[in-house]
Amino acid sequence: MSSRPTNVVIAGLGGQGVIKASDILADVAFSAGLDVKKSELHGMSQRGGSVSSDVRFGKRVFSPMVPEREANFLLVIAPDQVEVNAAVLGPDGILIEPSQIDESSLSNKKSINVALLGVLSRHLQFPVEAWTAALKRNLPERLHDVNLTAFSIGRATELTLGQEK
Amino acid sequence: MDSLQQQHALSLLSGDEAVAMAAFDSGVKLGTGYPGTPSTEILETFESLGGRAQWSPNEKVALEVGIGVAFAGARALVTMKHVGLNVAADPLFTVAYTRLDGALIVVSADDPGMASSQNEQDNRRYALAAGVPMLEPSDSQEAYEFTLRAIDISERWQVPVLLRMTTRVCHSKSVVRRATVAIRPPRPAHFEHDFPSRVMIPAYARPAHLRLRKTLAQIAAWNDEAGPNEVIAGSPSLGIITSGVAFQYVREVAGEASVLKLGMTHPLPLERMRSFAASVERCIVIEEGDPYLVEGARAAGITVEAKPEIFRFGELNSGRVRRILGGDDSPEPTPVRGKPPALCPGCPHRTVYTALKNLNCIVSGDIGCYSLGVLPPFEAMDTLVCMGAAIGVGLGLRHSLPPEEARRVVSVIGDSTFVHSGITGLIEMVYNPPASGHVVLILDNGTTAMTGMQEHPGTGRTLAHAKTGKVVFEDLVRSLGVRNVHVLDPAADAAGFQKLIQTCLETPELSVVIARRDCLLATRAIREYERCNEQQAN
Repeated sequence: MSSRPTNVVIAGLGGQGVIKASDILADVAFSAGLDVKKSELHGMSQRGGSVSSDVRFGKRVFSPMVPEREANFLLVIAPDQVEVNAAVLGPDGILIEPSQIDESSLSNKKSINVALLGVLSRHLQFPVEAWTAALKRNLPERLHDVNLTAFSIGRATELTLGQEK
Repeated sequence: MDSLQQQHALSLLSGDEAVAMAAFDSGVKLGTGYPGTPSTEILETFESLGGRAQWSPNEKVALEVGIGVAFAGARALVTMKHVGLNVAADPLFTVAYTRLDGALIVVSADDPGMASSQNEQDNRRYALAAGVPMLEPSDSQEAYEFTLRAIDISERWQVPVLLRMTTRVCHSKSVVRRATVAIRPPRPAHFEHDFPSRVMIPAYARPAHLRLRKTLAQIAAWNDEAGPNEVIAGSPSLGIITSGVAFQYVREVAGEASVLKLGMTHPLPLERMRSFAASVERCIVIEEGDPYLVEGARAAGITVEAKPEIFRFGELNSGRVRRILGGDDSPEPTPVRGKPPALCPGCPHRTVYTALKNLNCIVSGDIGCYSLGVLPPFEAMDTLVCMGAAIGVGLGLRHSLPPEEARRVVSVIGDSTFVHSGITGLIEMVYNPPASGHVVLILDNGTTAMTGMQEHPGTGRTLAHAKTGKVVFEDLVRSLGVRNVHVLDPAADAAGFQKLIQTCLETPELSVVIARRDCLLATRAIREYERCNEQQAN
């Protein structure tokens, strides 16, 4: 892990599980013993508007928000939110979006947030067991199976050519 | 997997959660407050940890209850958003003169950038104006530690302490190591008569004010010597004085600079600031919001550079701090606007605003989810100032508009907001009725929806959702002398609802219409709370 933190921005609309996805990611990084900061705005965003959450992890993290054009990953759950958040992505940043997942393979479409975390997990160093544990800690038991499957579907996705760093 | 973290007592917490954990760890006897983004989660977390927490009708009452706790020798935590402190300002200014036996911590959660507020006032001004010591955490670890320190300071000098947070500190999560600050255990509650210290009649208040100023001078000296302030040694060519979350942005973008990071920002550690400023070639203050530190430094004759005026507005972030340091005050690019929030599909407020728009009403509005009635497609809210203002502002409009316009004025207020500060407006209406009469519409959706479904006195359930005394709005309104009181579900009969509003507008009498239907997002939870409470009763 270099001294610069890894920066991930997760974006979507209220109710899509943006915050949940960022909680799971932050938990994975925290459990790996890294310094972690996570930031988002609550309040009016709950009413169906744009929501985004920043997760930063590494040896030492200062700002809780990802600085402009410094995101290593932008994970977007609602396709129309790509443009709104595009400015955070760095020159070598990687965009992860729903088109990378075959939605018909998800038994519950609401688990797309976790499926996209599966795609993200391919780019990060954390072992799959750490993800599984974090998913279980952050979701109620009745949702474990559907989300673990969604995560596996995302993780099994081929890394798209040209998006690999 | 968790063992490493548990061994070191580490948790990943929001600033709000960290304050709650510190309150719990230090034996706070009672937490009181009124919900308000970004402060709401403090009391909810405190309660879930096993602390005793209560929602009050408003922040003034919450602070008064906290004062009582501290007069009894126990520890009190009172939480609110920044505008809540305006409501609680009356007790704040005078409790500063009194002598506490326990601890009184007032959390002000400011919202620079107005993520979810009607203004971006900088409540550091309150610490100065009221003469109350203030701590400003910059992350969750400090939120935890400064809460403990605030209790210590409050008990040592027997004064209330303001813990000033901001949205990013409240809602960002970062790693917290527990039990890092040792404070003595709380004493058992006990009352000692002490008339001159607690009864603020003029004869006792005059010496009390002198005493407060002496105490503040002692605290200032302590803050200079041993306060929670920190110097990070760096290049002598650039020195930065900063506080709160701005410190994090400074560290992000100016790793080479010398930094004086202030944890206690009232009273200011002026001698530390003076010697720091003298030790560097260029000394600049990086602070979010008003030039509070700059004014304090300059009044003491310390030469510091201030940020350009455009950075007073909105939140700071790493990019903006970089621009400040680079002296770049050119217009900033407007961020791409995301999708704005909207009333939920099927929300009962939708029926209400459709009717008000159809009737071409002049709508004096208020604060809550229903504020979204100002946006398309409704555009049916004409004023919004502060909690409870719907009624007073509506009355003022009625008093002064020509009759044909006055008759179109409606005051719209939510259930929690009505309890917070609408009741006195209603008393004003009964006492000084406009010639054209008036129509007050209480939108009762059975919860404090905007802040995330908190209970209030009108729901009959406590913060922890247990059954308690319930304020019945229609009974209250009738008892005040309003004769036309209607209760109905607007969504059940939209046409009937519109007809009723029209009829009320046509009479020169005073009418209160209670539009009652549970918030869609809360219905399920409300049913569950009621079921549990019934089971417990049986």
